[in-house]
Amino acid sequence: MTEHDIVIIGGGPAGMAAAVAAFDAGIKDTVILDREDTLGGILRQCIHNGFGLHKLGRELTGPEYAAVYAKQVEERGIKVYTETMVTDLSADKIVTASSREGILKIKAKAVILAMGCRERSRGALNICGTRPAGIFSAGTAQKLINCEGYGVGKRVVILGSGDIGLIMARRMSLEGAKVEAVCEIMPYSGGLTRNIVQCLEDFGIPLYLSTTVAEIHGNRRLEGVTIAEVGADRRPIEETKRYIPCDTLLLSVGLIPENELTRSAGIPIDPVTNGAVVDENRQTAVPGIFACGNVLQVHDLVDYVSDEAEIAGHGAAEFVKGTMSGAKTLDTKAGFGVRYVLPQKVSVDPAKDTSLFLRVSNPYGKVRFTVSSGDEVLATAVRLKAVPGEMEKINIPADKLAAATDTVTVSLEEL
Amino acid sequence: MTYDVLIAGAGVIGGMVARELSKYKLSVCLIEKENDVAMGASKANSGIIHGGFDPEPDTLKAKLNVSGVDMLYEAAKELSVPFKNNGSLVCAFGADEEPAIYELFERGIKNGVKNMRILSGDEARIEEPRLSDACTLALFIPTAGIICPYQLTVASIGNAMDNGVELKTNFEISKIERGEIFTLTSKKGETLNGKYLINCAGCYSDKVAEMAGDCNFTIIPRAGEYLLIDKTEGETVTHTVFQVPSKEGKGILVTPTADGNLLTGPTAGVVESPEHTEITQKGIDTVLKLASKSVPDVNFRQVITSFSGVRSSDKKGDFIIEASKKVEGLINVAAIDSPGLSSCVAIAGYVVDIMVDIGAELTAKDSWDGRREKTHAFREMSDEEKDAYIKKNPAYGKIVCRCETITEGEILDAIRRNPKAPDMDGVKRRTRAGMGRCQGGFCSPYVMKLIAKEQGIPMEQVTKKGEGSYVVTGKI
Repeated sequence: MTEHDIVIIGGGPAGMAAAVAAFDAGIKDTVILDREDTLGGILRQCIHNGFGLHKLGRELTGPEYAAVYAKQVEERGIKVYTETMVTDLSADKIVTASSREGILKIKAKAVILAMGCRERSRGALNICGTRPAGIFSAGTAQKLINCEGYGVGKRVVILGSGDIGLIMARRMSLEGAKVEAVCEIMPYSGGLTRNIVQCLEDFGIPLYLSTTVAEIHGNRRLEGVTIAEVGADRRPIEETKRYIPCDTLLLSVGLIPENELTRSAGIPIDPVTNGAVVDENRQTAVPGIFACGNVLQVHDLVDYVSDEAEIAGHGAAEFVKGTMSGAKTLDTKAGFGVRYVLPQKVSVDPAKDTSLFLRVSNPYGKVRFTVSSGDEVLATAVRLKAVPGEMEKINIPADKLAAATDTVTVSLEEL
Repeated sequence: MTYDVLIAGAGVIGGMVARELSKYKLSVCLIEKENDVAMGASKANSGIIHGGFDPEPDTLKAKLNVSGVDMLYEAAKELSVPFKNNGSLVCAFGADEEPAIYELFERGIKNGVKNMRILSGDEARIEEPRLSDACTLALFIPTAGIICPYQLTVASIGNAMDNGVELKTNFEISKIERGEIFTLTSKKGETLNGKYLINCAGCYSDKVAEMAGDCNFTIIPRAGEYLLIDKTEGETVTHTVFQVPSKEGKGILVTPTADGNLLTGPTAGVVESPEHTEITQKGIDTVLKLASKSVPDVNFRQVITSFSGVRSSDKKGDFIIEASKKVEGLINVAAIDSPGLSSCVAIAGYVVDIMVDIGAELTAKDSWDGRREKTHAFREMSDEEKDAYIKKNPAYGKIVCRCETITEGEILDAIRRNPKAPDMDGVKRRTRAGMGRCQGGFCSPYVMKLIAKEQGIPMEQVTKKGEGSYVVTGKI
């Protein structure tokens, strides 16, 4: 068994930013474990641009954004174990991992969970029909095309208008494939507006809302799909069924934080975010275990992942140094129109302002968010529109929060 | 060359027959129309080892099921195939269903099933706490179990091959001539000769029998749809929970699988062709409704995949295992639907008896080894065992399938070891890589690369399940 101050599980954008933040906060004995052969995580296959506008003030591709942080990791001499997959995490912070060298056991003073998320698969959707080749999750297709350099099909239907699905509609078009349709079961898209414009509208790809893939046809390779509008129960309406010949179906139907290790350590999970319950330092219910990035909540912008990871990195460093404040915490709560609020707990006397991150339940036009505790209004924020696909951030001033005594609730009203 | 025995169909029956025949000084060729073994009913069924209470007494099904259970447990041990003797419960919901429990009990006694017990609803709920409150009476069959049907098929065929049997895949029989010997011609024009022909062709056994010149049965393909649920829900029940047949359907079960998932299904519907393995909305709805009747809180939000398997039934309802009276040397092994898996080892023994009856000379080999080395299942090892193993074989340290914890070493074994995995689904069935909650989303590109490298083929020739099922279109 070896020992390290901070062990970070996952070397994607969250893990790298957390490592750099922890190191810069004084904990030099910080290590990253990653299952792939290089740092960068999912960013390595995101060769499109749009990364870094908020965080770095310039527009980069995914690999470029990852390289910025990989360089910072390298410059600091932070140790990285690649092709090393963590198979177990215990509540007393013993990390077990497997690599070509053998089984590695590390006793850590603090652990930062940064394992990311996975895509929901076809199986979870109960789509009727056959099981031929040619059905990919959007991210798998993205990897095959961008990292391996192989085409996956010529005539494509995409189910789900999440960002990866939209990006892949454009990517497939650029590779000469014909994207016949993007179907979205909800009455609105879950993707960023800029992606709908740049990836679908600019390429003349139709987006069918309240529409799903009802059946899959073909025995060896996919031959076509039947799409249909859905009713209020989200089940296909028989009369609206229509057949589209295609050899490829991409699924972009949701991301699921990969919290198997989190569960193995006995850490409570928020049923809405599917990530750990955390406080403002991104510390879970097990002292010394922190979480950040898509394993904590699915983000739409990597910039916010880096922000969140820095918070977790600082928190873990404070924990190792023994300088974390022991202030009383309050629960946060999603009120009207809000699907979830993160962090789920906040300390009442933080030295600085605290930001709450949240998503709305439905698409709204102009809204006012109100953060309240009992009768106290801690903060308000007005947005011209709010959609479930875009995460909102609301700042609570330090002095306001210090006065709060009751559950901190965020709700919205339409203006 | 002329083989002593040709076996048509590399499912669990063909595989077990091949393994049984590999004990003797015979040249045996196992023929399969698909790219891999276990491609029909053997890859998509409930994986249940039935106690034997269900078949009508004095049928082949009753005889071979009851005698076959212990044989199967024994073979599974020799072949290192995971199984569990978890016991099953047949549940009645209300007074009108209770007589069926007593009937099944009586029938089981007649068939020679041991140690069955009738339980009250409350006693059944002690055995199975999440069983519905609506269950009023249950039959408990302690001899029943669960096994992975495709791993059993792979292992039996691999063991047969290690003992000298040849496997010929992608050989779809289009013509059978019977002169001095049998000559089988494939769709692609290849031929194989043999003195005996054992027809284990599953849903196609009537077609094979007809081509051979003697068909007195018609196979009715019946599809069963299933929903498979994540391992997080694998302990929802510990026994296999059946329902007594009712007008809503028969045989919907809720069971753990030998690999730790939860399985619900199957439906039962006659389909036009054995290739009709579609999932239907009606099927899904039926499984959801009827499984919930037994266990109300099955967590269907954790479904990881749905599938449908087609089994070969005959209207008479019993197995057909007999030497043809018309065509010398032809043995039909047909209509092997449930409890075919439970009976497979007994069926193989029965087939060998028939061969002796019709004059085949069987001489035991001096060196037959029925054992198959266990797949090095990394996830089942202790940390110390893992470490020692990785030090010798570094490929076992590289985890490729994160959901099922499958290593590169295990995948390479599957591609290299008899019967060699030819494609993505072949690797999946042998190792479980891609069978977990992400359904291959992360590991499939890596697995493809391993197959391409091992087989010395370009990526675009790597298939999901044989000809036509390409995954990538080529370099861009």
